[in-house]
Amino acid sequence: MADKKGDIKELLVKGFFTLNGIAVVLVLVGIFTLLVITAVPAFKEISMKEFLFSPDWNPTGYDGEKYGIVSLLVSTALVTVGALVIAVPIGIGAAAYLSDIAGERVREIAKPIVEILAGIPSVVLGFLGIVLIGPVIAKLFGLPNGLNALNGSVLLAIMALPTIISISEDALNSVPMSFQQASLALGATKWQTIALVKIPAALSGILASCMLGMGRAIGETMTVLMATGCAAAMPHGLLDSVRTMTATIAIELGEVAYGSTHYYALFAVGLVLFLITFIVNMLSDMVLRKYQNVER
Amino acid sequence: MTNEKKIISRGFNFYYGKAMAIKNVSMDIYANTVTGIIGPSGCGKSTFLRSINRMNDVIPGTRAEGEITLDGKNVYDNDVDVVDVRRKVGMVFQRSNPFPKSIIDNVAYGLRINGIKDRTLIDERVEKSLQGAALWDEVKDRLHKSAFQLSGGQQQRLCIARALAVQPEVLLMDEPASALDPTATLKIEELIQELKREYTIVIVTHNMQQAARVSDYTAFFMMGELVECDITSKVFTNPAKKITEEYITGRFG
Repeated sequence: MADKKGDIKELLVKGFFTLNGIAVVLVLVGIFTLLVITAVPAFKEISMKEFLFSPDWNPTGYDGEKYGIVSLLVSTALVTVGALVIAVPIGIGAAAYLSDIAGERVREIAKPIVEILAGIPSVVLGFLGIVLIGPVIAKLFGLPNGLNALNGSVLLAIMALPTIISISEDALNSVPMSFQQASLALGATKWQTIALVKIPAALSGILASCMLGMGRAIGETMTVLMATGCAAAMPHGLLDSVRTMTATIAIELGEVAYGSTHYYALFAVGLVLFLITFIVNMLSDMVLRKYQNVER
Repeated sequence: MTNEKKIISRGFNFYYGKAMAIKNVSMDIYANTVTGIIGPSGCGKSTFLRSINRMNDVIPGTRAEGEITLDGKNVYDNDVDVVDVRRKVGMVFQRSNPFPKSIIDNVAYGLRINGIKDRTLIDERVEKSLQGAALWDEVKDRLHKSAFQLSGGQQQRLCIARALAVQPEVLLMDEPASALDPTATLKIEELIQELKREYTIVIVTHNMQQAARVSDYTAFFMMGELVECDITSKVFTNPAKKITEEYITGRFG
């Protein structure tokens, strides 16, 4: 009889965890469905072609409403790529430092600091962008103000760094010691061993970390809203003011009439954003999985 | 066999932290010979081997005293660049450890880190090294395939080729055949006989028959000390110390 009781308990526990697992999937599917349902009505009045290929986003324009997301997409891409250009080299360098060069004591202090960096609220970083990085950029490039794509890139780089550093460091640490020994025994310097053996061997993990960092940068709203100037126009360079997709939704959704085309269009922007981050995350997951398989 | 002393160890001590792993070892290793180091587990034979090319430097908290000279120069002198030592003294490890790269890139690695970029020179040296390691015929048609596709024995010979490519003078082998099957082991042993014409070889082995087969000189280590080192046939047939005889006849170890 005791066995049967045990069986029921086992079943309940199993059921409980299964439910939790399913719940996560349901939430994801729910969000996606909501986005699709709310986004679709937008295309009753906006043509898909205009939405996807027109650079003009001006939903409250005097001479007609314009719903082209190209400038928003380009803004998001510009800020994200800028952030990666800054964060990837620094992140990999820091990860290599932590895994191979830093002593035990430095590592013990530095690792928690990196993690604290991840915990800084984005609004605080946005604030830093306005009062610190903005003026510096303005002075450096002789601009009236420093609220532009570059500012956003710097801040997003700071936000992406913890992800890149900690996952890259894990990847570097999991490179077998025997590779390093082989390299050193051939007369390679420590630097050559890191650059030519360790980083290539950990490459898929490092790539995954960069893509996860990228996912973070694409989805970030508050810092870019505060620090990039938010001009909804086609940017021509890193020193132009930009308005990302996330910032557009955050700014406009609060003041839009419920059920209007504009309202639905913002959800359509959200859907595009969701798809982009979804794809980036999926790709990074695939890369990460490949690297775990190689390890075993 | 020549009488030229390639490596001379004098009063060499080695510490892991406070633990003394090598005690006062003095021995000579002759050029173009194979010197086998035998002894029970934990006797310090691998530590001594790794002391010759200073691979123990990688482990934090280690310390060396006394000297090991290579061509008359103490490798532990302050003005010695450890990178130079390791280029002169190649090493093959217990477990084959090819890089996760192609066969050709594995062998070419040592050349590239030395700044050699000339493709023809690299190709030449790769072929010569692979031939030197008796692997060329087996891999010449798939040089660009991953090194992991090779069998265990082939991987170990690839590691030997990789070490040969930088043209070392000494080759250290740390139980190079202990993870291989008998056929692959035999190939490695034959290879060692070939290689001693050009290189000075020091091999650590667990396997007494192997030491008897491949080495010209045999050194017997016990608890961090060198018990005796002499011509292999003498050590195996007429050892100077009783404890050597007991170990060789399998009474312990």
